[in-house]
Amino acid sequence: MIRNGPLALVFHALFIGFIVAPLAIVCVVAFTPLGYISLPTDGLSLRWFAAILDNPRFISAFWLSLALGLVSSVIATALAVPAALAVARFHFPGRDAVSAFLLSPLMIPHIVLGVAFLRFFSAVNINGTFSGLVMAHVIVILPFALRLVLASATGMDPAVERAAVSLGAGRFTVFRRITLPLILPGIVSGWLLAFITSFDELTMSVFIASPSTTTLPVRMFLHIQDTIDPLVAAVSALMIAGTLLLMGALDRLVGLERLFVGKGKQ
Amino acid sequence: MSSARRRAAAYWLSAPALAVYALFLVVPIASMALISFQNFEFYGGIQPGITLKNYREIFTDSYYWEVFGRTFWIALVVTALCAVLGTFEAIVLHRMANPWKSIFLLVVLGPLLISVVVRTLGWALLFGSTGLANKALLALGLIAEPIAFMYSVTGVVVALTHVLVPFVVISVWASLQRIDPAVERAAVSLGARQPTVVRRVIVPLAMPGILSGSVMVFALAASAFATPAIIGGRRLKVIATAAYDEFLNTLNWPLGASLAVLLLAANVLVLYASNRLIERRYKAVFRESAA
Repeated sequence: MIRNGPLALVFHALFIGFIVAPLAIVCVVAFTPLGYISLPTDGLSLRWFAAILDNPRFISAFWLSLALGLVSSVIATALAVPAALAVARFHFPGRDAVSAFLLSPLMIPHIVLGVAFLRFFSAVNINGTFSGLVMAHVIVILPFALRLVLASATGMDPAVERAAVSLGAGRFTVFRRITLPLILPGIVSGWLLAFITSFDELTMSVFIASPSTTTLPVRMFLHIQDTIDPLVAAVSALMIAGTLLLMGALDRLVGLERLFVGKGKQ
Repeated sequence: MSSARRRAAAYWLSAPALAVYALFLVVPIASMALISFQNFEFYGGIQPGITLKNYREIFTDSYYWEVFGRTFWIALVVTALCAVLGTFEAIVLHRMANPWKSIFLLVVLGPLLISVVVRTLGWALLFGSTGLANKALLALGLIAEPIAFMYSVTGVVVALTHVLVPFVVISVWASLQRIDPAVERAAVSLGARQPTVVRRVIVPLAMPGILSGSVMVFALAASAFATPAIIGGRRLKVIATAAYDEFLNTLNWPLGASLAVLLLAANVLVLYASNRLIERRYKAVFRESAA
Protein backbone atom coordinates (compact mmCIF):
# COMPACT_ATOMS: atom_id res chain seq x y z
CA MET A 1 0.00 0.00 0.00
CA ILE A 2 1.39 3.37 -1.00
CA ARG A 3 0.94 6.13 1.60
CA ASN A 4 0.15 9.80 1.09
CA GLY A 5 3.04 12.27 0.99
CA PRO A 6 2.99 15.59 2.89
CA LEU A 7 1.75 17.54 -0.14
CA ALA A 8 -1.17 15.15 -0.55
CA LEU A 9 -2.07 15.61 3.12
CA VAL A 10 -1.99 19.42 2.81
CA PHE A 11 -4.32 19.15 -0.18
CA HIS A 12 -6.54 16.82 1.82
CA ALA A 13 -6.71 19.23 4.77
CA LEU A 14 -7.67 22.13 2.47
CA PHE A 15 -10.26 19.98 0.71
CA ILE A 16 -11.87 18.87 3.97
CA GLY A 17 -11.86 22.50 5.12
CA PHE A 18 -13.63 23.47 1.90
CA ILE A 19 -16.25 20.74 2.41
CA VAL A 20 -16.89 21.45 6.09
CA ALA A 21 -16.63 25.27 6.16
CA PRO A 22 -20.13 26.19 4.87
CA LEU A 23 -21.80 23.63 7.13
CA ALA A 24 -19.76 24.70 10.14
CA ILE A 25 -20.52 28.40 9.64
CA VAL A 26 -24.26 27.67 9.54
CA CYS A 27 -24.05 25.88 12.89
CA VAL A 28 -21.87 28.61 14.45
CA VAL A 29 -24.02 31.52 13.30
CA ALA A 30 -27.14 29.76 14.62
CA PHE A 31 -25.83 30.33 18.17
CA THR A 32 -25.36 34.08 17.87
CA PRO A 33 -26.88 36.16 20.70
CA LEU A 34 -27.25 39.19 18.39
CA GLY A 35 -30.20 40.18 16.24
CA TYR A 36 -28.36 39.86 12.93
CA ILE A 37 -25.89 37.53 11.18
CA SER A 38 -22.68 37.57 13.19
CA LEU A 39 -20.15 35.19 14.66
CA PRO A 40 -20.94 34.61 18.34
CA THR A 41 -17.74 36.21 19.66
CA ASP A 42 -19.03 36.97 23.16
CA GLY A 43 -21.20 34.17 24.39
CA LEU A 44 -23.52 31.65 22.83
CA SER A 45 -27.27 31.91 22.85
CA LEU A 46 -30.19 29.65 22.04
CA ARG A 47 -32.47 32.60 21.30
CA TRP A 48 -32.74 31.80 17.57
CA PHE A 49 -33.67 28.19 18.25
CA ALA A 50 -36.36 29.47 20.61
CA ALA A 51 -37.44 31.90 17.88
CA ILE A 52 -38.20 28.98 15.55
CA LEU A 53 -40.88 27.83 17.97
CA ASP A 54 -42.54 31.23 17.69
CA ASN A 55 -42.54 31.03 13.92
CA PRO A 56 -45.57 28.98 12.84
CA ARG A 57 -44.57 29.11 9.17
CA PHE A 58 -41.41 27.09 9.74
CA ILE A 59 -43.17 24.73 12.16
CA SER A 60 -46.02 23.93 9.78
CA ALA A 61 -43.56 23.58 6.86
CA PHE A 62 -41.59 21.08 8.95
CA TRP A 63 -44.68 18.96 9.68
CA LEU A 64 -45.72 19.10 6.05
CA SER A 65 -42.29 17.98 4.85
CA LEU A 66 -42.28 15.20 7.43
CA ALA A 67 -45.71 13.93 6.33
CA LEU A 68 -44.82 14.33 2.65
CA GLY A 69 -41.54 12.46 3.13
CA LEU A 70 -43.19 9.61 5.05
CA VAL A 71 -46.15 9.14 2.70
CA SER A 72 -44.19 9.45 -0.55
CA SER A 73 -41.29 7.25 0.61
CA VAL A 74 -43.68 4.50 1.74
CA ILE A 75 -45.53 4.60 -1.60
CA ALA A 76 -42.26 4.71 -3.56
CA THR A 77 -40.84 1.76 -1.63
CA ALA A 78 -44.07 -0.24 -1.99
CA LEU A 79 -43.85 0.25 -5.77
CA ALA A 80 -40.09 -0.30 -5.92
CA VAL A 81 -39.92 -3.64 -4.08
CA PRO A 82 -42.02 -5.74 -6.52
CA ALA A 83 -40.45 -3.98 -9.51
CA ALA A 84 -36.95 -4.64 -8.15
CA LEU A 85 -37.81 -8.31 -7.58
CA ALA A 86 -39.11 -8.58 -11.15
CA VAL A 87 -35.95 -7.03 -12.60
CA ALA A 88 -33.54 -8.89 -10.32
CA ARG A 89 -35.10 -12.37 -10.34
CA PHE A 90 -36.77 -12.84 -13.72
CA HIS A 91 -35.51 -12.77 -17.27
CA PHE A 92 -38.21 -11.35 -19.48
CA PRO A 93 -38.34 -9.42 -22.74
CA GLY A 94 -38.00 -5.70 -22.06
CA ARG A 95 -36.31 -6.20 -18.69
CA ASP A 96 -33.53 -3.71 -19.39
CA ALA A 97 -36.04 -1.22 -20.74
CA VAL A 98 -38.17 -1.54 -17.59
CA SER A 99 -35.24 -0.87 -15.26
CA ALA A 100 -33.93 1.99 -17.43
CA PHE A 101 -37.40 3.55 -17.50
CA LEU A 102 -37.85 3.22 -13.74
CA LEU A 103 -34.42 4.81 -13.14
CA SER A 104 -34.96 7.55 -15.75
CA PRO A 105 -36.11 10.31 -13.35
CA LEU A 106 -32.48 10.42 -12.15
CA MET A 107 -31.54 11.80 -15.58
CA ILE A 108 -34.25 14.46 -15.73
CA PRO A 109 -33.39 17.85 -14.21
CA HIS A 110 -35.71 18.65 -11.31
CA ILE A 111 -36.46 22.03 -12.83
CA VAL A 112 -37.94 20.22 -15.84
CA LEU A 113 -40.03 17.96 -13.60
CA GLY A 114 -41.24 21.02 -11.70
CA VAL A 115 -42.38 22.69 -14.92
CA ALA A 116 -44.01 19.47 -16.19
CA PHE A 117 -45.88 18.81 -12.92
CA LEU A 118 -47.03 22.42 -12.60
CA ARG A 119 -48.51 22.22 -16.10
CA PHE A 120 -50.06 18.77 -15.59
CA PHE A 121 -51.40 19.37 -12.08
CA SER A 122 -53.01 22.68 -13.08
CA ALA A 123 -54.66 20.95 -16.03
CA VAL A 124 -56.20 18.27 -13.79
CA ASN A 125 -56.84 20.71 -10.93
CA ILE A 126 -54.65 19.19 -8.24
CA ASN A 127 -51.93 21.83 -8.27
CA GLY A 128 -50.82 22.96 -4.84
CA THR A 129 -52.48 19.99 -3.16
CA PHE A 130 -50.78 17.54 -0.83
CA SER A 131 -51.63 14.59 -3.10
CA GLY A 132 -50.03 16.35 -6.05
CA LEU A 133 -46.83 16.88 -4.07
CA VAL A 134 -46.89 13.23 -2.96
CA MET A 135 -47.12 11.86 -6.50
CA ALA A 136 -44.41 14.21 -7.78
CA HIS A 137 -42.13 13.16 -4.93
CA VAL A 138 -42.86 9.47 -5.53
CA ILE A 139 -41.55 9.83 -9.10
CA VAL A 140 -38.37 11.58 -7.96
CA ILE A 141 -37.48 9.26 -5.07
CA LEU A 142 -38.55 5.89 -6.49
CA PRO A 143 -35.23 5.40 -8.35
CA PHE A 144 -33.29 5.71 -5.08
CA ALA A 145 -35.43 3.07 -3.36
CA LEU A 146 -35.30 0.88 -6.47
CA ARG A 147 -31.51 0.96 -6.72
CA LEU A 148 -30.96 -0.17 -3.13
CA VAL A 149 -33.65 -2.89 -3.19
CA LEU A 150 -32.30 -4.04 -6.56
CA ALA A 151 -28.79 -4.32 -5.13
CA SER A 152 -29.90 -6.50 -2.25
CA ALA A 153 -32.26 -8.62 -4.40
CA THR A 154 -29.53 -9.27 -6.98
CA GLY A 155 -27.13 -10.21 -4.22
CA MET A 156 -29.25 -12.99 -2.71
CA ASP A 157 -28.82 -16.64 -3.64
CA PRO A 158 -31.92 -17.99 -5.46
CA ALA A 159 -31.05 -21.51 -4.24
CA VAL A 160 -32.32 -20.52 -0.77
CA GLU A 161 -35.79 -19.94 -2.20
CA ARG A 162 -35.71 -23.20 -4.16
CA ALA A 163 -34.74 -25.02 -0.99
CA ALA A 164 -37.77 -23.56 0.80
CA VAL A 165 -40.05 -24.56 -2.08
CA SER A 166 -38.64 -28.11 -2.11
CA LEU A 167 -39.39 -28.30 1.60
CA GLY A 168 -43.03 -27.60 0.81
CA ALA A 169 -43.36 -23.85 1.43
CA GLY A 170 -46.02 -22.02 -0.58
CA ARG A 171 -45.15 -18.98 -2.67
CA PHE A 172 -46.39 -16.49 -0.12
CA THR A 173 -44.58 -18.24 2.71
CA VAL A 174 -41.36 -18.20 0.68
CA PHE A 175 -41.72 -14.47 0.17
CA ARG A 176 -42.60 -13.70 3.77
CA ARG A 177 -40.16 -16.04 5.51
CA ILE A 178 -37.22 -16.15 3.07
CA THR A 179 -37.12 -13.39 0.46
CA LEU A 180 -38.39 -10.49 2.56
CA PRO A 181 -36.00 -10.97 5.51
CA LEU A 182 -33.07 -11.31 3.11
CA ILE A 183 -33.78 -8.09 1.22
CA LEU A 184 -35.00 -6.18 4.28
CA PRO A 185 -31.78 -4.16 4.77
CA GLY A 186 -32.07 -3.01 1.14
CA ILE A 187 -35.72 -2.09 1.62
CA VAL A 188 -35.15 -0.14 4.84
CA SER A 189 -32.13 1.74 3.51
CA GLY A 190 -33.91 2.41 0.22
CA TRP A 191 -36.88 3.77 2.13
CA LEU A 192 -34.64 5.96 4.33
CA LEU A 193 -32.75 7.35 1.35
CA ALA A 194 -36.06 8.01 -0.41
CA PHE A 195 -37.33 9.80 2.70
CA ILE A 196 -34.22 11.99 2.97
CA THR A 197 -34.37 12.83 -0.75
CA SER A 198 -38.02 13.84 -0.44
CA PHE A 199 -37.40 15.87 2.72
CA ASP A 200 -34.56 17.80 1.02
CA GLU A 201 -36.17 18.34 -2.39
CA LEU A 202 -36.45 21.99 -3.39
CA THR A 203 -36.23 22.65 -7.13
CA MET A 204 -39.29 20.66 -8.19
CA SER A 205 -41.38 21.46 -5.11
CA VAL A 206 -40.91 25.21 -5.48
CA PHE A 207 -43.06 25.00 -8.64
CA ILE A 208 -45.91 22.92 -7.26
CA ALA A 209 -46.15 24.00 -3.61
CA SER A 210 -48.90 26.45 -2.73
CA PRO A 211 -48.86 28.79 0.29
CA SER A 212 -50.77 26.14 2.25
CA THR A 213 -48.50 23.26 1.15
CA THR A 214 -45.07 24.87 1.51
CA THR A 215 -42.37 22.31 2.30
CA LEU A 216 -39.50 23.15 4.64
CA PRO A 217 -36.85 23.60 1.90
CA VAL A 218 -39.26 25.80 -0.09
CA ARG A 219 -40.04 27.86 3.01
CA MET A 220 -36.32 28.27 3.69
CA PHE A 221 -35.61 29.18 0.07
CA LEU A 222 -38.33 31.85 0.03
CA HIS A 223 -37.08 33.16 3.37
CA ILE A 224 -33.45 33.32 2.15
CA GLN A 225 -34.50 35.15 -1.02
CA ASP A 226 -36.11 37.72 1.21
CA THR A 227 -33.61 37.98 4.01
CA ILE A 228 -30.74 35.97 5.45
CA ASP A 229 -30.99 36.03 9.24
CA PRO A 230 -29.87 33.85 12.18
CA LEU A 231 -33.36 32.30 12.25
CA VAL A 232 -32.85 30.47 8.97
CA ALA A 233 -29.35 29.49 10.13
CA ALA A 234 -30.88 27.92 13.25
CA VAL A 235 -33.39 25.96 11.14
CA SER A 236 -30.52 24.81 8.91
CA ALA A 237 -28.43 23.76 11.91
CA LEU A 238 -31.32 21.58 13.08
CA MET A 239 -31.59 20.06 9.59
CA ILE A 240 -27.87 19.26 9.63
CA ALA A 241 -28.25 17.61 13.03
CA GLY A 242 -31.25 15.59 11.82
CA THR A 243 -29.41 14.46 8.71
CA LEU A 244 -26.41 13.36 10.80
CA LEU A 245 -28.72 11.17 12.90
CA LEU A 246 -30.29 9.54 9.84
CA MET A 247 -26.82 9.12 8.32
CA GLY A 248 -25.75 7.23 11.42
CA ALA A 249 -28.78 4.95 11.02
CA LEU A 250 -27.97 4.34 7.35
CA ASP A 251 -24.33 3.62 8.18
CA ARG A 252 -25.41 0.99 10.71
CA LEU A 253 -27.84 -0.57 8.23
CA VAL A 254 -25.86 -0.80 5.01
CA GLY A 255 -22.65 1.15 5.48
CA LEU A 256 -22.61 4.58 3.87
CA GLU A 257 -19.86 3.49 1.53
CA ARG A 258 -22.13 0.87 0.01
CA LEU A 259 -25.02 3.30 -0.09
CA PHE A 260 -23.06 5.81 -2.16
CA VAL A 261 -20.60 3.70 -4.10
CA GLY A 262 -22.58 0.51 -4.56
CA LYS A 263 -20.27 -1.81 -2.72
CA GLY A 264 -18.16 -1.80 0.39
CA LYS A 265 -19.24 -3.41 3.64
CA GLN A 266 -20.99 -6.63 2.71
CA MET B 1 -42.96 -22.24 -12.69
CA SER B 2 -43.08 -22.44 -16.46
CA SER B 3 -41.27 -19.72 -18.36
CA ALA B 4 -44.53 -18.16 -19.58
CA ARG B 5 -45.88 -17.96 -16.04
CA ARG B 6 -42.58 -16.56 -14.79
CA ARG B 7 -42.73 -13.92 -17.49
CA ALA B 8 -46.29 -13.00 -16.55
CA ALA B 9 -45.26 -12.76 -12.89
CA ALA B 10 -42.46 -10.35 -13.76
CA TYR B 11 -44.85 -8.09 -15.66
CA TRP B 12 -47.40 -8.13 -12.85
CA LEU B 13 -44.73 -7.25 -10.31
CA SER B 14 -43.47 -4.25 -12.25
CA ALA B 15 -46.92 -3.17 -13.52
CA PRO B 16 -47.88 -0.87 -10.58
CA ALA B 17 -44.65 1.15 -10.81
CA LEU B 18 -44.91 1.33 -14.60
CA ALA B 19 -48.53 2.50 -14.43
CA VAL B 20 -47.67 5.25 -11.94
CA TYR B 21 -44.80 6.35 -14.18
CA ALA B 22 -46.99 6.39 -17.27
CA LEU B 23 -49.54 8.66 -15.61
CA PHE B 24 -47.26 10.84 -13.48
CA LEU B 25 -44.12 11.05 -15.59
CA VAL B 26 -44.88 10.47 -19.27
CA VAL B 27 -48.12 12.45 -19.36
CA PRO B 28 -46.72 15.53 -17.51
CA ILE B 29 -43.59 15.63 -19.69
CA ALA B 30 -45.70 15.25 -22.84
CA SER B 31 -48.09 18.00 -21.77
CA MET B 32 -45.15 20.27 -21.00
CA ALA B 33 -43.71 19.57 -24.46
CA LEU B 34 -47.13 20.32 -25.96
CA ILE B 35 -47.59 23.77 -24.41
CA SER B 36 -44.05 24.72 -25.43
CA PHE B 37 -45.49 24.80 -28.98
CA GLN B 38 -48.41 27.03 -28.03
CA ASN B 39 -48.67 30.78 -28.14
CA PHE B 40 -49.03 33.00 -25.07
CA GLU B 41 -50.91 36.28 -25.11
CA PHE B 42 -50.53 38.72 -22.25
CA TYR B 43 -54.31 39.26 -22.29
CA GLY B 44 -55.95 35.88 -22.83
CA GLY B 45 -53.26 33.44 -21.74
CA ILE B 46 -52.36 30.28 -23.61
CA GLN B 47 -53.72 30.13 -27.16
CA PRO B 48 -54.71 26.98 -29.07
CA GLY B 49 -52.77 26.01 -32.20
CA ILE B 50 -49.22 24.91 -32.80
CA THR B 51 -46.41 27.42 -33.28
CA LEU B 52 -42.63 27.59 -33.07
CA LYS B 53 -42.83 31.16 -31.79
CA ASN B 54 -41.38 30.41 -28.32
CA TYR B 55 -38.37 28.59 -29.70
CA ARG B 56 -37.84 31.31 -32.27
CA GLU B 57 -37.99 33.90 -29.50
CA ILE B 58 -35.44 32.02 -27.40
CA PHE B 59 -33.03 31.58 -30.30
CA THR B 60 -33.23 35.18 -31.53
CA ASP B 61 -33.28 37.08 -28.22
CA SER B 62 -29.80 38.07 -27.05
CA TYR B 63 -31.01 37.87 -23.42
CA TYR B 64 -31.45 34.09 -23.77
CA TRP B 65 -28.15 33.69 -25.59
CA GLU B 66 -26.52 35.37 -22.64
CA VAL B 67 -28.37 33.08 -20.20
CA PHE B 68 -27.42 29.95 -22.17
CA GLY B 69 -23.82 31.11 -22.47
CA ARG B 70 -23.56 31.84 -18.75
CA THR B 71 -25.14 28.49 -17.81
CA PHE B 72 -22.80 26.59 -20.12
CA TRP B 73 -19.72 28.48 -18.89
CA ILE B 74 -20.58 27.93 -15.21
CA ALA B 75 -21.23 24.22 -15.83
CA LEU B 76 -17.94 23.87 -17.70
CA VAL B 77 -15.79 25.56 -15.03
CA VAL B 78 -17.56 23.69 -12.21
CA THR B 79 -17.01 20.39 -14.05
CA ALA B 80 -13.31 21.08 -14.54
CA LEU B 81 -12.84 22.06 -10.88
CA CYS B 82 -14.82 19.06 -9.61
CA ALA B 83 -12.93 16.66 -11.90
CA VAL B 84 -9.49 17.83 -10.71
CA LEU B 85 -10.30 18.30 -7.00
CA GLY B 86 -12.51 15.22 -6.76
CA THR B 87 -10.00 12.93 -8.47
CA PHE B 88 -7.12 13.98 -6.23
CA GLU B 89 -9.22 13.71 -3.11
CA ALA B 90 -10.40 10.23 -4.12
CA ILE B 91 -6.78 9.15 -4.65
CA VAL B 92 -5.76 10.59 -1.26
CA LEU B 93 -8.71 8.84 0.44
CA HIS B 94 -7.91 5.60 -1.34
CA ARG B 95 -4.39 5.65 0.11
CA MET B 96 -5.48 6.29 3.67
CA ALA B 97 -5.70 3.57 6.28
CA ASN B 98 -8.78 2.84 8.33
CA PRO B 99 -10.33 4.32 10.42
CA TRP B 100 -9.32 7.65 8.78
CA LYS B 101 -10.37 6.40 5.37
CA SER B 102 -13.95 5.64 6.45
CA ILE B 103 -14.23 8.79 8.55
CA PHE B 104 -13.12 11.14 5.77
CA LEU B 105 -15.16 9.31 3.15
CA LEU B 106 -18.16 10.02 5.36
CA VAL B 107 -17.18 13.69 5.74
CA VAL B 108 -16.82 14.09 1.97
CA LEU B 109 -19.94 12.18 0.90
CA GLY B 110 -22.21 13.03 3.84
CA PRO B 111 -23.06 16.54 2.59
CA LEU B 112 -24.88 14.90 -0.34
CA LEU B 113 -27.63 14.02 2.13
CA ILE B 114 -27.90 17.59 3.44
CA SER B 115 -30.35 19.87 1.64
CA VAL B 116 -28.75 21.99 -1.06
CA VAL B 117 -30.52 25.04 0.45
CA VAL B 118 -28.60 24.55 3.69
CA ARG B 119 -25.27 24.07 1.91
CA THR B 120 -25.84 27.15 -0.25
CA LEU B 121 -26.88 29.18 2.79
CA GLY B 122 -23.48 28.29 4.27
CA TRP B 123 -21.75 29.82 1.27
CA ALA B 124 -23.99 32.88 1.37
CA LEU B 125 -22.89 33.36 5.00
CA LEU B 126 -19.20 32.86 4.15
CA PHE B 127 -19.37 35.19 1.14
CA GLY B 128 -21.75 37.81 2.45
CA SER B 129 -22.49 38.97 5.94
CA THR B 130 -19.49 37.48 7.77
CA GLY B 131 -17.04 37.95 4.89
CA LEU B 132 -15.14 34.96 6.27
CA ALA B 133 -14.22 33.58 2.82
CA ASN B 134 -12.30 36.74 1.94
CA LYS B 135 -10.73 37.01 5.40
CA ALA B 136 -9.45 33.43 5.13
CA LEU B 137 -8.09 33.90 1.60
CA LEU B 138 -6.38 37.19 2.62
CA ALA B 139 -4.90 35.55 5.71
CA LEU B 140 -3.55 32.65 3.64
CA GLY B 141 -2.03 35.19 1.27
CA LEU B 142 -3.86 33.69 -1.72
CA ILE B 143 -5.42 37.01 -2.73
CA ALA B 144 -4.29 40.63 -2.36
CA GLU B 145 -7.71 42.24 -2.12
CA PRO B 146 -11.23 40.97 -1.41
CA ILE B 147 -13.15 39.22 -4.18
CA ALA B 148 -16.83 39.94 -4.82
CA PHE B 149 -18.32 36.47 -4.37
CA MET B 150 -21.94 37.32 -3.69
CA TYR B 151 -24.04 37.91 -6.82
CA SER B 152 -21.11 36.92 -9.06
CA VAL B 153 -20.29 34.00 -11.35
CA THR B 154 -17.22 33.28 -9.16
CA GLY B 155 -19.43 32.80 -6.11
CA VAL B 156 -21.86 30.54 -7.97
CA VAL B 157 -18.95 28.45 -9.29
CA VAL B 158 -17.40 28.00 -5.82
CA ALA B 159 -20.69 27.05 -4.17
CA LEU B 160 -21.71 24.69 -7.01
CA THR B 161 -18.31 23.02 -6.91
CA HIS B 162 -18.88 22.34 -3.22
CA VAL B 163 -22.35 20.96 -3.88
CA LEU B 164 -21.29 18.67 -6.75
CA VAL B 165 -17.68 17.56 -6.07
CA PRO B 166 -18.78 14.50 -4.00
CA PHE B 167 -20.18 12.94 -7.18
CA VAL B 168 -16.70 12.84 -8.75
CA VAL B 169 -15.18 11.49 -5.52
CA ILE B 170 -17.78 8.67 -5.52
CA SER B 171 -17.24 7.59 -9.09
CA VAL B 172 -13.43 7.86 -9.00
CA TRP B 173 -13.42 6.01 -5.68
CA ALA B 174 -15.43 3.21 -7.31
CA SER B 175 -12.91 2.83 -10.15
CA LEU B 176 -9.93 3.00 -7.77
CA GLN B 177 -11.37 0.05 -5.85
CA ARG B 178 -11.03 -2.05 -9.00
CA ILE B 179 -7.34 -1.27 -9.59
CA ASP B 180 -4.99 -4.06 -8.63
CA PRO B 181 -2.58 -2.57 -6.02
CA ALA B 182 0.20 -4.66 -7.58
CA VAL B 183 0.15 -2.39 -10.64
CA GLU B 184 1.11 0.61 -8.48
CA ARG B 185 3.81 -1.35 -6.69
CA ALA B 186 5.17 -2.53 -10.02
CA ALA B 187 5.47 1.08 -11.22
CA VAL B 188 7.29 2.06 -8.02
CA SER B 189 9.63 -0.93 -8.18
CA LEU B 190 10.52 0.06 -11.73
CA GLY B 191 11.68 3.40 -10.36
CA ALA B 192 8.66 5.65 -10.99
CA ARG B 193 8.25 8.55 -8.58
CA GLN B 194 4.90 9.41 -6.99
CA PRO B 195 3.78 12.10 -9.46
CA THR B 196 4.62 9.74 -12.30
CA VAL B 197 2.68 6.87 -10.73
CA VAL B 198 -0.38 9.08 -10.36
CA ARG B 199 -0.09 10.60 -13.83
CA ARG B 200 0.88 7.51 -15.82
CA VAL B 201 -0.77 4.67 -13.90
CA ILE B 202 -3.58 5.73 -11.58
CA VAL B 203 -5.27 8.51 -13.55
CA PRO B 204 -5.44 6.49 -16.80
CA LEU B 205 -6.91 3.49 -14.97
CA ALA B 206 -9.41 5.67 -13.11
CA MET B 207 -10.37 7.57 -16.29
CA PRO B 208 -13.78 5.91 -16.77
CA GLY B 209 -14.72 6.98 -13.24
CA ILE B 210 -13.36 10.50 -13.72
CA LEU B 211 -15.30 10.90 -16.97
CA SER B 212 -18.62 9.48 -15.79
CA GLY B 213 -18.45 11.55 -12.60
CA SER B 214 -17.67 14.67 -14.62
CA VAL B 215 -20.55 14.06 -17.01
CA MET B 216 -22.93 13.78 -14.07
CA VAL B 217 -21.54 16.99 -12.55
CA PHE B 218 -21.91 18.82 -15.87
CA ALA B 219 -25.55 17.76 -16.24
CA LEU B 220 -26.37 18.73 -12.65
CA ALA B 221 -24.47 22.04 -12.85
CA ALA B 222 -26.20 23.03 -16.10
CA SER B 223 -29.62 22.50 -14.52
CA ALA B 224 -28.86 23.72 -10.99
CA PHE B 225 -31.46 26.01 -9.47
CA ALA B 226 -31.07 26.73 -5.75
CA THR B 227 -27.40 27.72 -5.77
CA PRO B 228 -27.54 30.16 -8.73
CA ALA B 229 -30.80 31.59 -7.35
CA ILE B 230 -29.36 32.27 -3.88
CA ILE B 231 -25.73 33.15 -4.66
CA GLY B 232 -26.34 34.63 -8.12
CA GLY B 233 -29.28 36.73 -7.00
CA ARG B 234 -32.04 38.05 -9.20
CA ARG B 235 -29.88 39.50 -11.96
CA LEU B 236 -27.43 36.67 -12.68
CA LYS B 237 -29.80 34.30 -14.49
CA VAL B 238 -29.10 30.74 -15.61
CA ILE B 239 -31.51 28.55 -17.61
CA ALA B 240 -33.19 27.06 -14.53
CA THR B 241 -33.78 30.41 -12.81
CA ALA B 242 -34.93 31.98 -16.10
CA ALA B 243 -37.53 29.22 -16.53
CA TYR B 244 -38.64 29.79 -12.92
CA ASP B 245 -39.14 33.48 -13.69
CA GLU B 246 -41.23 32.79 -16.78
CA PHE B 247 -43.45 30.44 -14.80
CA LEU B 248 -43.94 32.26 -11.54
CA ASN B 249 -43.32 35.93 -12.34
CA THR B 250 -44.21 36.73 -15.95
CA LEU B 251 -46.60 33.73 -16.09
CA ASN B 252 -45.53 32.98 -19.67
CA TRP B 253 -45.84 29.21 -19.29
CA PRO B 254 -45.29 28.28 -22.96
CA LEU B 255 -41.95 30.13 -23.03
CA GLY B 256 -40.89 28.62 -19.70
CA ALA B 257 -41.87 25.18 -20.99
CA SER B 258 -39.74 25.72 -24.12
CA LEU B 259 -36.73 26.52 -21.92
CA ALA B 260 -37.40 23.35 -19.91
CA VAL B 261 -37.75 21.24 -23.07
CA LEU B 262 -34.43 22.56 -24.40
CA LEU B 263 -32.74 21.88 -21.07
CA LEU B 264 -34.16 18.34 -20.97
CA ALA B 265 -33.11 17.64 -24.57
CA ALA B 266 -29.57 18.94 -23.96
CA ASN B 267 -29.35 16.95 -20.74
CA VAL B 268 -30.45 13.64 -22.26
CA LEU B 269 -28.21 14.20 -25.28
CA VAL B 270 -25.11 14.92 -23.17
CA LEU B 271 -25.70 11.99 -20.79
CA TYR B 272 -26.53 9.52 -23.55
CA ALA B 273 -23.72 10.54 -25.91
CA SER B 274 -21.05 10.61 -23.23
CA ASN B 275 -22.10 7.28 -21.74
CA ARG B 276 -21.87 5.69 -25.17
CA LEU B 277 -18.50 7.31 -25.75
CA ILE B 278 -17.09 6.29 -22.37
CA GLU B 279 -18.36 2.74 -22.77
CA ARG B 280 -16.86 2.35 -26.23
CA ARG B 281 -13.56 3.99 -25.38
CA TYR B 282 -13.06 2.06 -22.15
CA LYS B 283 -14.68 -1.25 -23.04
CA ALA B 284 -11.36 -2.97 -22.40
CA VAL B 285 -11.08 -1.48 -18.90
CA PHE B 286 -14.63 -2.51 -18.04
CA ARG B 287 -14.12 -6.02 -19.37
CA GLU B 288 -10.90 -6.50 -17.41
CA SER B 289 -12.45 -5.24 -14.21
CA ALA B 290 -15.47 -7.48 -14.68
CA ALA B 291 -13.24 -10.54 -15.07
